[in-house]
Amino acid sequence: MYIYDDFDEGFVRERVRQFRGQIEQRISGALTEDEFKPLRLMNGLYLQLHAYMLRVAIPYGTLDSQKMRQLAYIADKWDKGYGHFTTRQNIQYNWPKLTDVGDILDALADVDMHAIQTSGNCVRNVTSDHFAGAAADEIEDPRPTAELIRQWSTDHPEFQFLPRKFKIAITGSPNDRAVTRAHDIGIRMVRNDAGEAGYEIIVGGGLGRTPMEGKVLREFLPKADLLPYLEAVLQTYNLAGRRDNKYKARIKILIHEGGLDDFRARTEQAFETIRKDFAGPSDELAANIARYFEPPEFNNVRSHGFEKALEANPAFRSFFETNVTEHRNPAYAIVTVSLKAHGATPGDATSDQMRTVADIAERYGHDEIRVSHEQNLILPHVRKADLPAVYALLVDAGLATANAGLLSDIIACPGMDYCALATARSIPVAQEIAQRFDELKLEHEIGPLKIKISGCINACGHHHVGHIGILGLDRAGVENYQITLGGDASEAFALGERVGPSFPADRIVPAIDTIVTTYLEIRESEEETFLETYRRTGSAPFKQALYPEENRHAA
Amino acid sequence: MTVIIRNGEIAEDHFKGRFACFGDGIAVPVGADTDEKGLDVPSSIDPDELVGLAFGFSAVRIDFPSFADGRGFSLAARLRRGGFKGLLRARGHLISDQYPMAIRSGFDEIEISREMLERQPVELWAEALQRVEGTYFQRLCARRPVREAA
Repeated sequence: MYIYDDFDEGFVRERVRQFRGQIEQRISGALTEDEFKPLRLMNGLYLQLHAYMLRVAIPYGTLDSQKMRQLAYIADKWDKGYGHFTTRQNIQYNWPKLTDVGDILDALADVDMHAIQTSGNCVRNVTSDHFAGAAADEIEDPRPTAELIRQWSTDHPEFQFLPRKFKIAITGSPNDRAVTRAHDIGIRMVRNDAGEAGYEIIVGGGLGRTPMEGKVLREFLPKADLLPYLEAVLQTYNLAGRRDNKYKARIKILIHEGGLDDFRARTEQAFETIRKDFAGPSDELAANIARYFEPPEFNNVRSHGFEKALEANPAFRSFFETNVTEHRNPAYAIVTVSLKAHGATPGDATSDQMRTVADIAERYGHDEIRVSHEQNLILPHVRKADLPAVYALLVDAGLATANAGLLSDIIACPGMDYCALATARSIPVAQEIAQRFDELKLEHEIGPLKIKISGCINACGHHHVGHIGILGLDRAGVENYQITLGGDASEAFALGERVGPSFPADRIVPAIDTIVTTYLEIRESEEETFLETYRRTGSAPFKQALYPEENRHAA
Repeated sequence: MTVIIRNGEIAEDHFKGRFACFGDGIAVPVGADTDEKGLDVPSSIDPDELVGLAFGFSAVRIDFPSFADGRGFSLAARLRRGGFKGLLRARGHLISDQYPMAIRSGFDEIEISREMLERQPVELWAEALQRVEGTYFQRLCARRPVREAA
């Protein structure tokens, strides 16, 4: 866990002071609403449907118990006792008052946190693999690099007024859990033939109204060149990105229209100049950052209690099978705490639940917590021997839903219940789907299945990369839902394909039911996952089941 | 009417020459040979073209048509890294919070409207100037700031 030094602390406090001043300037009229807007946005403050919303950064998804307890305290003191964890590893408070925001930001600074650049046309919170530092398949921990990027991009003088927002994600594992191919810049930690560590730079990915898969800009970038290279990419984009139409202003459009080769040539040219006088970061600073991400001192004592509990308690065994992932240390495990109880709002956590997770992390988890882009919480370092105790505490707190990676582990954006941009509700759809399949008790039989729901074409719910994607639209004042199939957020990245005409709100859950039933009928074996079946058969059998009448006419 | 802000204060216009407009891709220095020659450029100018052109001039003034248009910051950085040592001025719609970004990107001074100065008095610009030092960027990249690169 990165710990602020005097510099970080001073910087964040100064930003809070500045923002208090900017609020005063807005009230006095020194700033117009137009001018105030980007300033409040770059400090995380949105104007939503019903109220202001404050988006707090959880850099690369890493928390400890102290930070989590402070998030709970903020939820109780200035909001309605809960927070919403998002697909960008942020937490959103939906009901803060403008006059309280300065105090909230100071409370965040008390625990080395901030809301800087969680919004606006600047480099956003850097996201990463939620299993970083624990995953068995990891080449290298991406968090020291992510922290470097956080520092470099914070208050960068050239890049606070970009054509549009800019999102960077980094993974240190070949199994991509950070959706690097759907970011403005995706970074994969790789090794070259000589065995040296470096980065593969992917650029121009994104979801939204024009979903695009990122393309490889540089196959191997030496580690020392990362920041000047990122600066060259950003500078090229800042100068050449479109500013005439906000829907065409992302870097993906620039690359799509001008071509990857042209963008690469411009970037490399800028890089040559920037690199010349880019001396840094110093080895000392880099080593200092890396020091904070050293693995904890593992306790490798094993216990028969764990194996016995697996045998004796089927509910625990079920939880173990779905929510526990292999750790690089065989005596340890990674626990996913699902924020997707059937019927709950995906990603929401009450202050009590936050405190429970904080307590467990402190007692059993080397004081580490992660937030996943799939809107769950992660305990990355739990001794297997402690799993039965951890499970019991989670059960008591209503946090032991055994559905990680299953049908009801749904990503959903806030939708029309909160968001000013939304064209349809997403939360109730997620809730109804989860409840429907919970009643059928079929989830475990269905196996791995990722459903992702967005309430408008901006695609915050990542519907394009859901195995089943649902997009809520407004058709003449009526909510309608479009279904895509076959999307994949992993290293085998794919954008889902639209399956046919959309469904009204009262028919979307039956439609999902039909898709899942079809899968169960046509899968070759219980081992063949939904995605594998879809890739084998294509959309035809699903179309036939969803639109039988049209298919009859066609025949 | 416009005012120039330099070192956090309202300053006299030290530049005694005239600014030639960049248009149709061609700019010609104006005035007698003894005059200082200035170049006015829009934020949409091609950065390579700007770097090539600038060396014929002792001052470059980059337009900010809107405070949301951040191209000027990158243009300034390009110019300084390209070796331009003349006067670099940002002109147009900038707000005081952008003043430190302008300085850090390589500008010497900014030129804003009277109307803006009425809304944002000089104290705000002076205060904003305090944020030029002590940045993450300085700590992280042990290089000379862009404004000293020339």
